[in-house]
Amino acid sequence: MIDYLIDPAHWTGSDAIGVLIVQHLVYTGIALLVAALIGVPIGLYVGHTGKGTFLIAGVANALRALPTLGLVILLVLIIAPVFASELAFVVPSLIVLVLLAVPPIMTNTYAGIRAVDASAVDAAVGMGYRPLKVLFSVQVPCALPLILSGFRGATLQVISTATIAAYVSLGGLGRLIIDGRAQNDYDQMMVGAVLVALLALLVDLGIGIIGRFAVSPGLTRRRIRSATRPTTPSPASSALVAP
Amino acid sequence: MNFDWIGRESDTIVVLLLWHIALSVIPVVIGLAIALPLGWAAHRSGIFKSAILGTTGLLYTVPSLALFVLLPPILGTKILDPANVVVALTVYTVALLVRTVSDGLDSVPVETVQAATAMGYRGFQRLVSVELPVAVPVISAGLRVAVVSNVSVVSIAALIGTQQLGLLFTQGAQLQFLTPIIVGIVLCLVLAIVLDGLVVLLNKRLTPWVPKVVHA
Amino acid sequence: MITFENITKVYPDGTTAVDDLSLVAPSGKLTVLVGPSGCGKTTSLRMVNRLIRPTSGDILLDGESTNGMDEALLRRRIGYVIQHAGLFPHRTILDNVAATARLTGKSKREARLIAGELIERVGLPSTFATRYPWQLSGGQQQRVGVARALASDPDFMLMDEPFSAVDPVVRGQLQEEFLRLQREIGKTIIMVTHDIDEALKLGDQVAVMRTGGHLAQLATPEELLTAPADDFVADFVGRDRGYRSLGFVTAAPDLAVRPEPAVELGSTPEAARAASTDDWLLVVDGHRHPLGWVEQRALTGPITIGDLNLSGTVASRTGTMRQVLDASLSAPSRRGVLVDADGALIGSVTAAEVVGSLDEIRSAKGAAS
Repeated sequence: MIDYLIDPAHWTGSDAIGVLIVQHLVYTGIALLVAALIGVPIGLYVGHTGKGTFLIAGVANALRALPTLGLVILLVLIIAPVFASELAFVVPSLIVLVLLAVPPIMTNTYAGIRAVDASAVDAAVGMGYRPLKVLFSVQVPCALPLILSGFRGATLQVISTATIAAYVSLGGLGRLIIDGRAQNDYDQMMVGAVLVALLALLVDLGIGIIGRFAVSPGLTRRRIRSATRPTTPSPASSALVAP
Repeated sequence: MNFDWIGRESDTIVVLLLWHIALSVIPVVIGLAIALPLGWAAHRSGIFKSAILGTTGLLYTVPSLALFVLLPPILGTKILDPANVVVALTVYTVALLVRTVSDGLDSVPVETVQAATAMGYRGFQRLVSVELPVAVPVISAGLRVAVVSNVSVVSIAALIGTQQLGLLFTQGAQLQFLTPIIVGIVLCLVLAIVLDGLVVLLNKRLTPWVPKVVHA
Repeated sequence: MITFENITKVYPDGTTAVDDLSLVAPSGKLTVLVGPSGCGKTTSLRMVNRLIRPTSGDILLDGESTNGMDEALLRRRIGYVIQHAGLFPHRTILDNVAATARLTGKSKREARLIAGELIERVGLPSTFATRYPWQLSGGQQQRVGVARALASDPDFMLMDEPFSAVDPVVRGQLQEEFLRLQREIGKTIIMVTHDIDEALKLGDQVAVMRTGGHLAQLATPEELLTAPADDFVADFVGRDRGYRSLGFVTAAPDLAVRPEPAVELGSTPEAARAASTDDWLLVVDGHRHPLGWVEQRALTGPITIGDLNLSGTVASRTGTMRQVLDASLSAPSRRGVLVDADGALIGSVTAAEVVGSLDEIRSAKGAAS
């Protein structure tokens, strides 16, 4: 495996390891972006208005049961003839990746918005925030932890499925595993597996770090809540007893 | 759809289906057996909790195809050995259920636990006859997710060559032939629905005290 | 001034929440809507800032119809305080309070300056500014809620069960402080509560509502206690009406206050016996603030804190007859202690004298009317 990694031949050309990593990241990025453009607005709309809740739960459950490998292959066989050349493999795979990334993003966005303290929303409306300001100044910031965890789930799903999609000729690190299997080159498979696992861990870590900066410390208290929440009225408030 | 093909291949399809059932269900059973004590430990201790949940969360991020490849050298198995699939899926199941079991035990009302203690239940007795039964609804919700996603993940092992319904997908891809793919997808979906239903039924049998009409 | 003109709210399912409600909440006064659950009091309140739209009728702010007003702009003119405060969990206390000031067009700097002042004004230490809502107790969060409503300096305020979610001791403190604050700021306030005692304590006028959204009586707290309009109001106002109504009668100026002998803490038994007129003797501190009573015959050495009987309450000379009567009933000597504005001893009065004085007030009133 080390031999495979240090062989300069594996770092040049169209299927160089570096190229595969970039491909994997690009597919993942595109799929997440498209999925976010679909899933976030729907989640926000349903969460904010409370309309179409049943749809969200149904779609999420049904898609979890769908075998991803079967779906990728089926779509490629059906859609591929429509597209010319390389796109024939990339587009169907991307569609599946988007399809799998939408539910976690959508359901978590929805759940996050619904979970926002109703009295905070009531106060915001009551003090004169307009609907969009209620959504983006109060509901979205408060829902951010759940929204981000939806992205986290979606990202893992996409990285994992993009690996599988190498079977239908998609690029990315899955190539090493699929080609290695075809050539009985176990070293190559191992390199692919380790790199994919590392990629997933690093991206997951990255989202975690983004979350740490993006989410208000007013919300991330949960883990330390019992430790720091004042259990007795502070001296400041008891000093206020009317004389 | 080519129904003749289905008729001809029905014996093979049944064998693949049985393999698929075994590979999906066994990890859930083993996974639950491991997750129960781990989840209990996480529920009981704060430091342990972040350590256990952190580790299992990390394992959960490893893509399934990668795990199928990484396990043989670790376990000393051959790459085609179904044990790889069972172990990989057990890892995912444990990762998912540890959190669920811990959450489930957390969900038992403090008064219930205190009442049981006051009545004279000892630690283990109280866990088995009071806390776990009360936590069943939460645990079975996690079990449903585990069972359903396992059915989907098992089929990925076809890329390595393991026997199960996923082979219908690779076969269809090689032959440029839709019928086996559709049969595979439909059987996977049906299997997922049936197994999900079984968990729901089991949950109902175990929790006769839960009101019949549950608000969504 | 907030005016309800024939306000009716019928929900789509046919239930009438508020039925032809007309009332005026005068400028600078606190009007309380009180009644059992389902009487439409919260619906009435929420129609003022149009969180709920009336089915028919109109609500006027200083004579101006709110029908057809831009709802967000209308709400920015009205402070809004709710039961669980409804603070924004992702913002600091300072930014929570500054939110309404920002809405009315203040710059971030200005808004924060106003917010900082208000945080102290509602009785929170300025160090709280950088904290987040979860770090505050329920009572403290409620103070922030009040500060936030005031930050835009609105003429009107709506308060929906503002003190219901905190424990009784904190609730009492918040009520007292709010009364003091309102005396300074004089906002036109409508408050909703289910607690008749809170209504009587805080309201300049109280609107008692009954199930179905009918107004049963609109009156001052004293009138509600002394002249309830019907059985429903009488029943809702509750027991001990006669005693509680004394809370609205100022201590009579001609109340015969007798001098009360007193000794300081640390006095010898001999000095105490010399000063006393009967078994019980009042003990005061160096500023003549009453501390408690001692039983002079039981004294064996200089008077210590441990010798004091603390059961007696103290009434202000300018307080209410309820306080004066309570002071006389609670003192072991049966003599109620009266103090001046600084809390220094004036003298004492017995329960019989208080009741006699009440009779005089009543008959004087009867003669006048």
